[in-house]
Amino acid sequence: MLTVQFLLLAAVLFCIGVYGVIARKNAVMVLMSIELILNAVNLNLLAFSARLGSIDGNTFALYVIAVAAAEVGVGLAMVLLIYRNRRSIALDELSEMKG
Amino acid sequence: MPTAETTRAAAHSAGWFLENAWIIPIVPAVAFALIIFFGKRLPMKGSELGVASMVASLVLSAGAAWQWMNRVDDASSGAVKEVARIARAEGGQSASFVGPVVREWTWWQSGGLEFGIGQHIDGLAVTLLLVVAFISTLVQIYSLEYLRGDRRYTHFFAALTLFSAGMLSMVLAPNMVQLILGWEIMGLCSFMLIGHWWEDQANARAALKAFFTVRVGDVGLLVGTGILFFSANAWTQANLGVSGFNISGISAWALSGEAGKSALTWGAVALFVACIGKSGQFPLHTWLPDAMAGPTPVSSLLHSSTMVVAGVFLVARLYPVFWEGLGITENSVNFIVVIGGVTIVIAALLAFVQHDIKKVLAYSTVSQLGYMMMGLGAGAWLPAVFHIFTHAFFKACLFLSAGSVSHSGSHHSFDMKKDMGGLAKKMPITATAWIVSTLALAGVFPLAGFFSKDEIIDNVGHNGYQVFMIIGLSGAFLTAAYMTRATYLTFFGEARGAAAGVHSADVHSADVHSADVHSADVHSADEGHDAHGSHDAHGSHDAHDSHAAHGPHESPKLITIPLVILAVLAIFAGLANATPFGSDWERFKKYVEPSPAFVALDDTIATGPGEAISLVGAEYGEGEEKAGCAYEVPEPGTACYFPAVSHAKFKWSKGLLSLAIVAAGLVSSWFFCVQYYTRRNRRLVGLTERNVVLRGGYKLLWNKYYLDALYEKVIVRVVAHPMARGAYWINQNVLDGTVNATGRISRRIAGWVYRNIDQRVVDGAVNGSGAAAQGAGGALRPVQSGKVNQYGALLFAAAAIGALVLVIINT
Repeated sequence: MLTVQFLLLAAVLFCIGVYGVIARKNAVMVLMSIELILNAVNLNLLAFSARLGSIDGNTFALYVIAVAAAEVGVGLAMVLLIYRNRRSIALDELSEMKG
Repeated sequence: MPTAETTRAAAHSAGWFLENAWIIPIVPAVAFALIIFFGKRLPMKGSELGVASMVASLVLSAGAAWQWMNRVDDASSGAVKEVARIARAEGGQSASFVGPVVREWTWWQSGGLEFGIGQHIDGLAVTLLLVVAFISTLVQIYSLEYLRGDRRYTHFFAALTLFSAGMLSMVLAPNMVQLILGWEIMGLCSFMLIGHWWEDQANARAALKAFFTVRVGDVGLLVGTGILFFSANAWTQANLGVSGFNISGISAWALSGEAGKSALTWGAVALFVACIGKSGQFPLHTWLPDAMAGPTPVSSLLHSSTMVVAGVFLVARLYPVFWEGLGITENSVNFIVVIGGVTIVIAALLAFVQHDIKKVLAYSTVSQLGYMMMGLGAGAWLPAVFHIFTHAFFKACLFLSAGSVSHSGSHHSFDMKKDMGGLAKKMPITATAWIVSTLALAGVFPLAGFFSKDEIIDNVGHNGYQVFMIIGLSGAFLTAAYMTRATYLTFFGEARGAAAGVHSADVHSADVHSADVHSADVHSADEGHDAHGSHDAHGSHDAHDSHAAHGPHESPKLITIPLVILAVLAIFAGLANATPFGSDWERFKKYVEPSPAFVALDDTIATGPGEAISLVGAEYGEGEEKAGCAYEVPEPGTACYFPAVSHAKFKWSKGLLSLAIVAAGLVSSWFFCVQYYTRRNRRLVGLTERNVVLRGGYKLLWNKYYLDALYEKVIVRVVAHPMARGAYWINQNVLDGTVNATGRISRRIAGWVYRNIDQRVVDGAVNGSGAAAQGAGGALRPVQSGKVNQYGALLFAAAAIGALVLVIINT
C-alpha cells in the first residue's frame, strides 16, 4: 500500500503547485510552482513504475526533468526581460494580450 | 506462264549508304535549325552551314547511288540469288527484281494506326536524291556570290537548305505520310523563297499566288491519299503486314487485281490534281511564271530538281496506281496524257511573247514538265524519269546563266528586249553555258535532251498514243524556236539598255513599282510595253551598283564554275541512257527501272534493310510483250510492284525526223530573229497589228490565255465574292443575331440573378456569417483578459472538470 502514500504526497504537491500558479503574482514564484506540479507528476510516474515493475516510468521521469530544466531556463530569461522592461515582475500587471 | 525457278541464299547486306540513306535529308534539316539560331553569328552568316550540309548530302547520295548500282549488278550477275520467280524481259533476256531498301520506324500512333517514317530506296529514289543534292549544292555555291550583301542573306540560306531537306525527305518517303510532309515543307519554303524580297508588293503577291495555287492542288493529295488508304489498307495489312499508306503496299495492291476499279480511278485522279498544282500543269501552271519573282538561284532550284518535279515524281512513284486507275495501256487517251500534251503546247506558245528571260525559261519548264507527264501518261515511265534527270542539269544551267547575265551583264534587269543583246562577247563563259544548255533543251544530238525527249516522243507513239506523239514533235519545234529567240535577244544582235552600259537604275525602280505581274489586261500589243519589271533590281542589291559603272562583264568564279559544271553535264548526262547506241548504253534503264516481276509476298518489303531480293528468271520470248505484271493477275502468294512497261526500239529514221524538226525550229527562228530584231524587216515588224488573226493570237498569248483573268476576275469574283457576301450576310444576320440575342437574354437572366440570388441569398449568407462571428467575438471577449493567472486557473479548472468526467465515466 506504499503506492497510495506516494500518490497522496504527489496530489498534495500538485495542489500546492496549482495554488501557487493561480494565486501568486510574482513570476518567479509561479515558475517555482510549475516546478512543483512537474515534480508531483514525476512522483506519480515513479510510483507507478515501482508498482508495475517496469522501467518506463523512470525513463519518462528523466525526460520530464530535462524538459523542466529547459522550461525554467526559458522562463527565467523571459522574467528577466520583463523585469528590464517594466521594472516589475508582477504578473497581474501584464495584460497587453487583453482581447 | 514461263518456268519459274526458286533458289534462296543467305541475306545480302545492302551496304551502309543504302541502309542509312535516311540521314540524307536529316543533314540539311539540322543545318536549317543551326542557321536559323546561330547563322548570323558565323563568319559567313550561316551560308557555310548550308553549303556544307548540301555537300554532305551529296556525298551520302553518291554513296547510296554507288551501292545501289552494285546491288543491281550483284542481282543481275546472279551473285545474289534469294528468290527467283518470273520476271518478264524483252527479247528473251532474263531480268532481275531488286528489292528496295526499306526501313521504317513508327513516327506516331493514332487510333490504332501507325504512321511510319523512314526510307524507301530504289532506283528512282537514288536518282532523285543524287540530282537534288547535286543541283542544291551548286545553287548554294552560286548563291554565295549572287546574294552577297543581301539583307536577308542568312534567312535565304536557311530556307534554301530546308527546301532541299523537304525534297530529299519526300524522295525517300516509304509512305504517303512522309511524302506529304516533304511536299508541304517544299510548299512552305517555296513561299518563303519566292517572297524573299517581300517589300515589293508584286513579289509578295507572287509568293501568295504560288502558295495558294499549289494548295488548290494539295487538296487532291490529301483526298487521294485518303482514298487509297481506305481502299488498300485491308489488302496490305492482310498480305504484306503494312498499312495502306505504304508506297510499296499501295503499288502491290493496285496491281493485285483485287483493287476496286473506282477507288483506283478516283485516287489516281485526285493525286494527279495535286501533281497539276505542284508541277505547274495546265490549268494551274499560272503560278510558275510568277514565281520568277524570287531570286534567280531559287528559280533554278525550284524549276530544275525540286518542287516542280515533285508532281512528276509522285506519278512515277505511285505509277501502278495511275497505270491501273487511268487505264494507261487500255485506251489511247487518259487524264494525264491529255494534261501533259496540252501543257506542252500551251506553255511553249506562251514562251514566245515573253520579254523577261526568266519567264521564257519558266514557260519552258512548264512545257518540259508537260513532256514528262505526257510520257508517264502514255506508259513511257523510264524516258520520263530520265527526262527529269537530264532536264535538271540543263534547266538549272539556263536559270543560273540568266542570273549571271542579270548579275553582271544587264544591271539586275531580266528584260531581254530592253537591257540585253550582244552579250556573247562580253560574257563568253555564260554565253557558252547558255547555248550548250539551249541546244540540250532543244534536243540536239548528242546532247542530253535528245536522248530523253526523243525517247519520250518515241515511246508515246510506240504505246499507241499517235496524236500525242505529233504534239510532242511540234513541242520540240516550238522549244527550239523560242529558245533560239531568247538566245538571240540575250547574246546576239545589238546591245541595248543596261547591256550597252546605260545606267538606268531609276527607270528600273520606277518600272518595278508600276509593273503588275498579274495585269491580265494589257491594252495594246506594243512591243515596247514593259509589263515585266526587272525583279531583281531591288534595294537589296545596292552593294552591286558599281557594276553599272564599268558595263557588262563576265561574272565571278563562284558563278561561272557551277555554270561550267552544269553545262558539261548538259552535254554528257544523256549518255547515261543512250538508246541509239545499243542496249549496253541503257544504264539508266538497268539501274532505275523496277522490274515488273511477280515477287513472293513472304520475301518483300517490311523486311527491313539488308535483304535484297533478287529474282532471276523470266524467259519470255519476243512477241510476248503484253504479258507479265499489270497484264496478268499475280498468282496467289505473289505480288507485283511495277507494271510491265514496254520500250520502243530506237530507229534512226525516227530520230532523224525529230532532229530535222528541231533543226527547222532552230534555223527558222534564227532567221526570223535576225530579220525582225536586227534588220527590222518592214514586212515582219508590226505584223501583229496589221493582221487580225495574228493580233488576236498575240493578244491571247500576251494575256496568258486570260487564265489569270479567269481565276482572279471570274472565279474569285463570281465564286468567291458571292460566297464572301453570303458569308458576310450570314455572319451579320444569323451569327450576330444569335450572338446578340444570346447576349440580351443572358443579360436579363443575369439581372434577375443579381437582384434575387446574389443580393439576397449569397450576400445574406455572407453578411449573416459576418454578423454571427462579430456577436460571438463580442461574447467571448471578456474571457481574453490578458491575465496569465486567470488563464492558468481556467486551464486547471478545465483539467479538473475533465478529470471529474473521466472518473464518472470509469466508475
